Amino acid sequence: MVKQHQSNLKKNKLKFSVTVTLKKDVLDPQGKVVEQTLQNMGMQTLKNLRQGKYFEIDINENSETKAKEKIEEMCKNLLVNLIIEDFKIFKI
Amino acid sequence: MNSSVIVFPGSNCDRDISVALEKMQFQNKMIWHKENTLPKSDLIVIPGGFSYGDYLRSGAIAAKSNILNEVIKAANSGCLILGICNGFQILIETGLLKGALLRNKKLKFISKDVAIKVINTKNKFCNKYKKDQILKLNIAHNEGNYFANPNYIKELEDNDLIAFKYCDENGEVNEISNPNGSINNIAGIFNEKKNILGMMPHPERMVDKIISNEDGVNLFQSLLS
Repeated sequence: MVKQHQSNLKKNKLKFSVTVTLKKDVLDPQGKVVEQTLQNMGMQTLKNLRQGKYFEIDINENSETKAKEKIEEMCKNLLVNLIIEDFKIFKI
Repeated sequence: MNSSVIVFPGSNCDRDISVALEKMQFQNKMIWHKENTLPKSDLIVIPGGFSYGDYLRSGAIAAKSNILNEVIKAANSGCLILGICNGFQILIETGLLKGALLRNKKLKFISKDVAIKVINTKNKFCNKYKKDQILKLNIAHNEGNYFANPNYIKELEDNDLIAFKYCDENGEVNEISNPNGSINNIAGIFNEKKNILGMMPHPERMVDKIISNEDGVNLFQSLLS
């Protein structure tokens, strides 16, 4: 993992993931159906489930901070509808 | 009156709207999304369909296309803009209209004729209708569930920016007559200046008695007046 990270750095290539989910107060009917189905299957301890989207992004930047800024820009300008969705960026 | 219909890969109501516009004597041009300039237009229509296969979110990719920059410029300088169905979703994604269109509450694609109430007639799009007139228009969408925060919904209601609401045949606006879960049964909204209308129902499908009805005709007649 560390080796891979270092080689990524050498190539100036950083990898991030972004998860996008509907905001808490926005109804998520798909998530609700999946939640109910799992509960019907016997997963009684399941309390809450929200469905979302997942992106993996490779970016050619030297600095992790700069790369994160770029990813955030991508999220705000296209990947995420900020009115109804939240996002989280993770370094991978 | 000069009109332009913007065409994206996946648009499928572009021909219908152009037939409707030409029937009403508009001088219409079809504009491919890669164009960088718009012909002189009094009305720009963003048609229904599935631009870019609804990838990412309905309308999200189309909202970033070349021609949309020109549409935004035209909108800001007062040009009339009509977004129908996917066109409404695209206008929402550009930010020209506020709020969001979520997946239908019951998760099903809805394609049927529904009753629509005309809420506001004091604008360029609906002045030939009577206030509270009930229309029968077709809807065909998977993401038409209008959502906005309570403050903005209040702003829409208080400032008369709601164009149409879903209702039943008697004009009752309630949960039963709400096909997709839209807040306050909203089927169409204006921007503040009322030069932009976004609506989920398809007026262009209701301009001929032989194939449907003529409840959509007055929207085009309003624009011409």
